[in-house]
Amino acid sequence: MARALINVPAKAKRGDIIEIKTLMSHPMETGFRPTQEGKIIPRDIINRFVCTYDGVAVFSVDLFPAMSANPFISFTLRATNSGVITFSWTDDKGETQVQTASIEVE
Amino acid sequence: MSLTDRRQILGGLAATATVLGAPYVSAQAQPHVIVIGGGFGGATCARFLHRAGIKVTLIEENATYTSCPFSNLVIHGSREISAQQFSYDALKSEGITIVAQRAQSVDGDARRVTLNDGTTLTYDRLILSPGIDMRFDALPGYDAASAELMPHAWKAGAQTVLLRRQLEAMEDGGLVVMSVPANPYRCPPGPYERASLIAHYLKTKKPKSKLIVLDAKDQFSKQKLFQEAWANLYPDHLEYVPLAAGGKTTEVIASDKTVVTEFSRYTAAVANIIPPQQAGKIAQLAGAADRTGWCPIDPMTFESKLRPNMHVIGDAAIMGAMPKSAFAANAQAKLCAQTVAQLLRGETPAEPKLVNTCYSLVAPDYGISVAGVYRPGNGVFVDIEGAGGTSPLTAPQDVRTREAAYSNAWFGIITAEVFG
Repeated sequence: MARALINVPAKAKRGDIIEIKTLMSHPMETGFRPTQEGKIIPRDIINRFVCTYDGVAVFSVDLFPAMSANPFISFTLRATNSGVITFSWTDDKGETQVQTASIEVE
Repeated sequence: MSLTDRRQILGGLAATATVLGAPYVSAQAQPHVIVIGGGFGGATCARFLHRAGIKVTLIEENATYTSCPFSNLVIHGSREISAQQFSYDALKSEGITIVAQRAQSVDGDARRVTLNDGTTLTYDRLILSPGIDMRFDALPGYDAASAELMPHAWKAGAQTVLLRRQLEAMEDGGLVVMSVPANPYRCPPGPYERASLIAHYLKTKKPKSKLIVLDAKDQFSKQKLFQEAWANLYPDHLEYVPLAAGGKTTEVIASDKTVVTEFSRYTAAVANIIPPQQAGKIAQLAGAADRTGWCPIDPMTFESKLRPNMHVIGDAAIMGAMPKSAFAANAQAKLCAQTVAQLLRGETPAEPKLVNTCYSLVAPDYGISVAGVYRPGNGVFVDIEGAGGTSPLTAPQDVRTREAAYSNAWFGIITAEVFG
């Protein structure tokens, strides 16, 4: 998997609602498309996305073949305390990519 | 089928035609067609209607037309804006009535156009060729005032010159940022030609500077040809950021020329913001535009799907696979003129086929092109498979030089046909 783009505010006030954005480059091959020779291209999608905040899972997504390529996932969290926000994307091959961002909460 | 049967059918068709034609003959000695907008679409259409013997009035508020095709060379600094400007003198001397006013409103039921001085004109058929308007409500921070600081230059004229002046005034080492919208917009390959020519300007005049192109999409017209040329010509001067790499602009801040994307912010020395667009305002006022901001038409006749007796051509219309280009507008205009003349005579127009060719300059002596052939299908125009195509990849330089020369010749020919 390629390196994902992540947008997490560097700082926030305690109790603030913060917006998180992620974009993972991935073909999201559906498993339904034939090649010109008529062979089906095997399914290869990211099927799971999980976000943890200070070690606790706060947001997760199950993805299916209808998702378009390069899934862009945006959601909000409540800033509770300074710490690390971890993002993980898992694909059909079982590979998981993990990236992190830190947030300072005042 | 016997000969008699066939004669009866033909006779029947002729009779129908007479009946359809009759109301115009009795109501008005000579049917009157109004064309709004004197660009590549409208000026062409007025000319061809006039030549078909139709009484036509062209409403165009500007005394001169400034052409968008080739205006990227003005931004590049190698062409003057005056070379882009054309008067309506030739149309006038041909006998076409031109009203130098703005069309203020259209009453489709009364078939009446009101001008900005309050006078009204009535029509049997109306042709709208209003081009585009920028949507100053679509990109947060980008309105008419910020366009004076971060020009769009997507309507040729003062905006084009402004962008050129800003590039000329920029110090060597300054960052240029260009924002490209999602489809649909005027001239699909236009932003990439502009990016190429700005990169050429930087490479030759301001080699420490760089252009970043932020795109709200991943695919675009002539993409492989452009990207091949960029890799060869501008590896240090042009950085392309597609949607998949976070290229979509979400906000601009005009005061310090900052462009914000989902994941980054860029503070530019010069920012060229091409915002989302819609059909020219009069099309909206006439009720010919739908909620997308563009005008749905019947591709057989260019007649509006929303308002009878109104036809829409050029960039304002939803043409399906046919792009919003001057070449396309010119081709549609000729066909629309013929179709409207036929409808006024009570004849049934035949199914049209249309061609578009579009040249882009990647450098002043490096041209590439795409051509397409279209027919009506699914209520719009669809590509005819196997027709058309693009310039070859990895071609020798003389092919590119020749295409640049063809491009120049094309501009001479089309402007002579429309305004000469």
